[in-house]
Amino acid sequence: MSFLEIKNVWKSYGDAQILERLNLTVKQGEFVSMVGASGCGKSTFLNMLLGKEKQTKGEILLEGKPLVQEPDEERGIVFQRYSVFPHLTVLQNVMIADEFSNAKLLGFVFGKKKAEIKAKATEFIDAVGLTPALNKYPHELSGGMQQRLAIAQALMKKPKILLLDEPFGALDPGIRADMHVLIRDIWQKNNLTIFMVTHDIKEGFELGSRVWVFDKLRHDPQAPNAYGAQVTYDLDISSETNKSDSKMKIDELSTPSSNPIMQEEKA
Amino acid sequence: MKRFMNIEPSPALRAFLTLLPFIIALFAYSIASEARLAENPHDKLLPSFTQIADAVDRYAFTENKRTGEYLFWQDTGASLYRIGLGITISALIGLFIGLCNGLLPTLRAGLSPFITIISLIPPMAILPILFITFGLDELAKVMLIIIGTAPVIIRDMQSQVMQLPQEQLIKAQTLGASTWQVAIRVILPQIMPRLLASVRLTLGAAWLFLIAAEAIAAQEGLGYRIFLVRRYMSMDVIFPYVIWITTLAFAMDFSLRKISEVCFPWYHQGAK
Repeated sequence: MSFLEIKNVWKSYGDAQILERLNLTVKQGEFVSMVGASGCGKSTFLNMLLGKEKQTKGEILLEGKPLVQEPDEERGIVFQRYSVFPHLTVLQNVMIADEFSNAKLLGFVFGKKKAEIKAKATEFIDAVGLTPALNKYPHELSGGMQQRLAIAQALMKKPKILLLDEPFGALDPGIRADMHVLIRDIWQKNNLTIFMVTHDIKEGFELGSRVWVFDKLRHDPQAPNAYGAQVTYDLDISSETNKSDSKMKIDELSTPSSNPIMQEEKA
Repeated sequence: MKRFMNIEPSPALRAFLTLLPFIIALFAYSIASEARLAENPHDKLLPSFTQIADAVDRYAFTENKRTGEYLFWQDTGASLYRIGLGITISALIGLFIGLCNGLLPTLRAGLSPFITIISLIPPMAILPILFITFGLDELAKVMLIIIGTAPVIIRDMQSQVMQLPQEQLIKAQTLGASTWQVAIRVILPQIMPRLLASVRLTLGAAWLFLIAAEAIAAQEGLGYRIFLVRRYMSMDVIFPYVIWITTLAFAMDFSLRKISEVCFPWYHQGAK
């Protein structure tokens, strides 16, 4: 039994077929980068993993059991924006994760329990390098710091899967590089299984141990919505040799003839 | 020379410009008043400042011979009690129903269209119904304020809740929050400053309903007094009462804003 099994999953909205015939398995500890053109369904797929959307056909099994059809503690998420609570300080933002599970009725914890949660939260805040900003509100933080905070929040719950929805898309290149180092470090230390949607193919190859390229194999020019996207490339890049091969793949994908949409996006 | 649109007045000039319209208005009034009184010393339309001061002294600082009370403060107390009670209840109703409606699609499906229709009923049109149902005393007046302002606050709160980024609600769920926990830890603190803003905006309407209700049936109150002395054309009483109501309205608005800024710094600084 694999960690995550995707069995013949299809997704459509009304007449528009978004995804079709997805058959994939993922081992625990893999870092899957999902790349593809806008509107190719990679975000839809992430939302299905999250439980926000339901597949039209097929099933997704996590450790042999069907995925719960609403967001829960098994799956952590970091969005591109708005992932943190603006009315809470950095410390409170991270503490709230455990306050939810310890105070079902009141929503707040007190005394010794609070001190425990605070200690745990401080550790994760330290791990993402936000200790100097412990008592700041999110609006006082830069975009990169907000994303660090969102990651710390998600880690508090030790999720089986960590989902990243273009997490670094709104950041400056320099900050982005720092975040890459951070996320790779966190991935390895915590033995996480990560799914990341990204527009940036290079980022996908740099971070992932596996890359999925979403694209349409079948195309009907009269009815562009008739067929959905599939995972056209499933590349294992966990070893160095594979990584160098994949560099060539990037170039191949970046040439205008093979994928005009991708080119447009980079411009 | 900079374009006019790019010229920022200095602090001193800004203060002067703020005061200027007030000074001009007072000056214009005193000239007009003097001119009328010179022609007819018994003219009641534009009383002089001394006449107004006399009236204020009579109403605010002289004991009523019959009841031993100070009419002005009695009226102020009665009106503030009504508007305070009315707007507080409205805010609580608005917060509770608005939050539930915004968060729970099932409740929203049932209640939202109904509340939209209710909010379109002109409250003044059903004032007679309120007087018939709730009698002529305090309850009817407070009810008019509630009926006039609560639906607006409910609708505003509902849309504010729905405008919170979906990402936050999903994030809370992935951290293990239940519906209840999302409501009290994520949504409630975030819409409190918005509730205060909503109350500030509806205060104008609340005063309108209060004065209208007092004008029609009351024994005391600022609105009652204005409409009572209107029979004697006592402009010397009406003017200070109107200025006093404006002052109260301004003070309420100002203190709500200050409360919001002190209690929810993240909201006001974040908006910048």
